[in-house]
Amino acid sequence: MTTLRDWLIDDSPASPMQARLGRFYRIFGALMHNPLAVVGAIIILVLVLTALFAPWIATHDPLRQALGERLLPPSAAHWMGTDELGRDIWSRVVYGARITLAIVTLVAVLAAPAGLVIGVAAGYFGGWVDRILMGITDIFLSLPKLILALAFVAALGPGIENAIIAIAITSWPGYARVARAETMTFKNSEFISAVRLLGASSLRVNLGHVLPLCTSSMIVRVTLDMAGIILTAAGLGFIGLGAQPPLPEWGAMISRGRSFILDQWWVATMPGFAIILVSLGFCFLGDGLRDVLDPKSGEQR
Amino acid sequence: MTALSLKNLDIFYGEAHITHDVNLEIADGESFALVGESGSGKSTVLKAIAGLAPEWTGEINVFGKPRSHGIDRAFSRQCQMVFQDPYGSLHPRKTVDATLGEALTIHGIGDRSARIEEVMSSVGLDRKFRFRFPHQLSGGQRQRVAIARALMLKPKVLLLDEPTSALDVSVQAEILNLLKRLRQEQNLTFLMVTHNLPVVSFLCDRLAVMRQGRIVEVADVADLKRGDLKDPYSRELMHISAAHAN
Repeated sequence: MTTLRDWLIDDSPASPMQARLGRFYRIFGALMHNPLAVVGAIIILVLVLTALFAPWIATHDPLRQALGERLLPPSAAHWMGTDELGRDIWSRVVYGARITLAIVTLVAVLAAPAGLVIGVAAGYFGGWVDRILMGITDIFLSLPKLILALAFVAALGPGIENAIIAIAITSWPGYARVARAETMTFKNSEFISAVRLLGASSLRVNLGHVLPLCTSSMIVRVTLDMAGIILTAAGLGFIGLGAQPPLPEWGAMISRGRSFILDQWWVATMPGFAIILVSLGFCFLGDGLRDVLDPKSGEQR
Repeated sequence: MTALSLKNLDIFYGEAHITHDVNLEIADGESFALVGESGSGKSTVLKAIAGLAPEWTGEINVFGKPRSHGIDRAFSRQCQMVFQDPYGSLHPRKTVDATLGEALTIHGIGDRSARIEEVMSSVGLDRKFRFRFPHQLSGGQRQRVAIARALMLKPKVLLLDEPTSALDVSVQAEILNLLKRLRQEQNLTFLMVTHNLPVVSFLCDRLAVMRQGRIVEVADVADLKRGDLKDPYSRELMHISAAHAN
């Protein structure tokens, strides 16, 4: 164990791989010194494990209805009680982790690279490229996120896939703005000039040198936005435009439980807790990552 | 043979007219200094030659061939630049190996590992630094990496933009000695921008004094050492520098 650690923090790495792993090890170490980030990371890890092993963790089939067991309070048989169709809420929350994870992952995979490429292109080339790209970005930014997502889902039709596409379409402009601002601070720096002087094409300068500098703030931004994405997805589910029944999506579950909120509080509360917990986890992790990855303060230590 | 010749060079940044009628002839193998106060346009001349300030009129010839306004690969093999601030001229997320190897990748040159180690040893960098990030290096080591990067393509002309002014005095001497040795070993032509006259005396053969975008005097370093500059502004510059040294 000590030898692996020595190898990772070696001052004079012998290969690019060792240098890269050493850098990740230092970032990881700094992250582990931040208690809130550790809490966030554990929550996200639990979410991922729950999603992966849902069939083993769930006690019941999340879709099986048992009308004789409607709206039972939490008990040994049903840890979080049952809903209006007699389905086990614990099992539904567990399977809901899969849907939530799929939503945040897909939105991040769709929106972050798009925003990154558009922002870097606008910032690097400037002029009319910048004006056109940022004009489009501003149009998207000027509309409230949830309303825009609503409009897209209304146009595309309700459903989880369309909700994901709609949320992705509403989240890229923020990333584009951040990437553009970062690119503009780097594009006239001497290390970029030096690469241009070596004869590098604009594509190489942007992809190989500017973009890697924007990724760490992008990772922070995306992690912090995850909570918002989950809430937007839950909001769409709540008004019936996101996941469709009988999918155990947390927002949709809260929506169904609304009718019984005074007498059978657990139906809406349990998925609500799940949303709060996961959102908090992403916020904590994002804050910790920001402290570690921030190009101004981090990584120099 | 002339390595660099500038004829009636006028450089602009948008509306701003930075230099007026700059004429220079720098011979192959010569070490030439551009001196002057801040804002005199000396760094801008360097940037125009390098291709980083593309708005100019007049002529820039490199080994007899007129230079285009952009940056092309053939030119980058002939002429490279070393920047002033070693903290700003290295990519913070790239190892020394990646920084030096980039030139080879761009120009499709093979034999990467051997070439990188060769250049590193010629600038006096131990091979244990090869996979370090810039934040794991000192200022002097960083500047050595920056010089090594400029030498990767084996250029004939090196443009030096105040290469030592951001360094400690003791490190300055090391870098100046390194530059002097490299010039002898690789028969390089230097065009250096500086406001430090002792550096000029140490490293250069001739100098041009610039003021408000114009060259006011071109002289031999022997004249500078004798205190024999003719233009009143050059003499003033020389006296200020001497007063500082004492």
